[in-house]
Amino acid sequence: MTTADAALATPLPAERAWLIVVRRLLADPLGTLGLTIVVLLVISALSADWLATHDPFELAPRQRMQDPSPDHWLGTDQLGRDVFSRVIYGGRIALWVSLTAVSLSLFGGLVLGMLAGYGPRWLDNALVLLFDSVRSFPTIMFALAMVTLLGPSLGTIITVIVVASIPVYGRIVRIQTLSLKETEFVLAERALGAGPIRVLFSHILPNVIGPLLILASMEIPVVITIEAGLSFLGLGVRPPTPTWGSILQEGYQYIRDTPWLVIAGGLPLILTTLGFTFLGEALRDAFDPKLNRP
Amino acid sequence: MEPLLDIRDLSVEFATPRGKVKALRRIDLTVRPGRIVGIVGESGCGKSTLVSAVMGLLAGNAQVTSGSIAFEGRQLRDLPEPAWRDIRGRRLAMVFQDPMTSLNPVISIATQMIDIQHRDDASRGDKLKKAIAWLAKVGIADPEQRIEDYPHRFSGGMRQRIAIAMALLMNPALLIADEPTTALDVTLEAQIIHLIKQLRSEFDGAILFVSHNLGLIAEICDEVVVMYAGEVVEHAEIRRLFHSPSHPYTQLLLTCDPARIESEERTLPTIGGTVPDLAHLPGGCIFAARCPEAFERCRAEAPGTYRVADGHSVRCFLHADD
Repeated sequence: MTTADAALATPLPAERAWLIVVRRLLADPLGTLGLTIVVLLVISALSADWLATHDPFELAPRQRMQDPSPDHWLGTDQLGRDVFSRVIYGGRIALWVSLTAVSLSLFGGLVLGMLAGYGPRWLDNALVLLFDSVRSFPTIMFALAMVTLLGPSLGTIITVIVVASIPVYGRIVRIQTLSLKETEFVLAERALGAGPIRVLFSHILPNVIGPLLILASMEIPVVITIEAGLSFLGLGVRPPTPTWGSILQEGYQYIRDTPWLVIAGGLPLILTTLGFTFLGEALRDAFDPKLNRP
Repeated sequence: MEPLLDIRDLSVEFATPRGKVKALRRIDLTVRPGRIVGIVGESGCGKSTLVSAVMGLLAGNAQVTSGSIAFEGRQLRDLPEPAWRDIRGRRLAMVFQDPMTSLNPVISIATQMIDIQHRDDASRGDKLKKAIAWLAKVGIADPEQRIEDYPHRFSGGMRQRIAIAMALLMNPALLIADEPTTALDVTLEAQIIHLIKQLRSEFDGAILFVSHNLGLIAEICDEVVVMYAGEVVEHAEIRRLFHSPSHPYTQLLLTCDPARIESEERTLPTIGGTVPDLAHLPGGCIFAARCPEAFERCRAEAPGTYRVADGHSVRCFLHADD
């Protein structure tokens, strides 16, 4: 028996596929870097209550605009609040907004995309028209309208992002469903008595979800920057709540005298965006069977 | 004996931008319990359309314009979709042509085989046991281990064995095999045919075997239906068809079969001419333009079905009794 025969004869458990993905991910230096940044961000967001040295809302008018010191690691802002603590809590908001918005739009896109792809022709046409109209509308105009109507809040931001990005997922799911429903295995399942619900959930969903999760991991940094952008424009989270965008916006006014405020708000934003992007790209490569690496 | 599947005067049309394509015209086909019936014909003659009509899986632009399909005494034509789903899988099952695409690539064999038993009330463990037992019957070695694997870990021949096991899992009354060996190489083809013959004892249903390979048909079928351009031109017991073919098309088809040519020849014989355009049918017999024995009547009117002997009918004026 040759070694190849021996390898074939040994049954490999299905979990091996995940080990291969993890190994490929760790073999990619940028992927490892991305994973590290994301893990650190998640840890800091989860343990913000212990990590923060001060109360992020505590005003201290006597200690305004201080330089970084052992007590205030990143100094204080124009109201005397500790910037380091605000950055840590801002990370919690950024992560919360992006994860909620991405999972809601992923879910919405999945449902609408499968309906469009598998449902009757008129429904497909109606949903594609809807996707295209939403995409053709400038996000910032839509955000302005929504904020005017509902007032600036976390919920409004999430709603704006979800509505604007459902078509991104919906289109991909629709195309995948359209091509999958013509495949022989779906026909075979139908020939063995599977109805539309069973075909969609047991056969199309598992085929669509992989690429969609990779897309989602690459959408997270986009959502974080949208949230920061809206907060910077004052359309986002209401002022006392610390977000990276509002830290940037407040620091922007004092950029000549105290540049660390802008750096403290901007650096985590850049790092997080890069981290998720690296991770997303590495995941995409790791899952791609055509890139036949070890 | 009461026929299991009784198709009478079935016609199917496809609506296309070029007009209506009459893919099947006045098809008669009977499958009795326990029999293996072959459907043979060249590409595009309507074999797959006929099978899809029986399964109720015709494309959206297809329409049954006439005739009836009776299965186990029940009328299948215009049956609502939920009732169809109840029949498919349990009473009617199908094996497809290409085993590389007929299994879902991202789900394990175990999950797929348990999933198709969704109408049974048995526990998951029992369903798994039944699936393993069927894998063993179709010759998958070490089925307890292998059932957890994904389709890409199996070769084409093994996947076709799995597809057959999945089709027979619910013990259907009629198994439709749509060119189940066309995508396989010759050795595997022989293995799969051997398997189907061997499984006849395991499962007591009938088989509708679609192929363009006359050798395979001769190997496993009890009777044969010859199709040409959407019509059944001849129907006979397997021995009768090979020993005394009655329709000129069948005769030509048999002379063109490379396996039956005994003398050494530089070129293989072919049937001259091409299949008529199904959107613009000629009047008269469908085969008249290519038929060496065609006479005036063939071009003027379409032949009916004439009986040559018991269980042997042909759609040709050469055997007309009127």
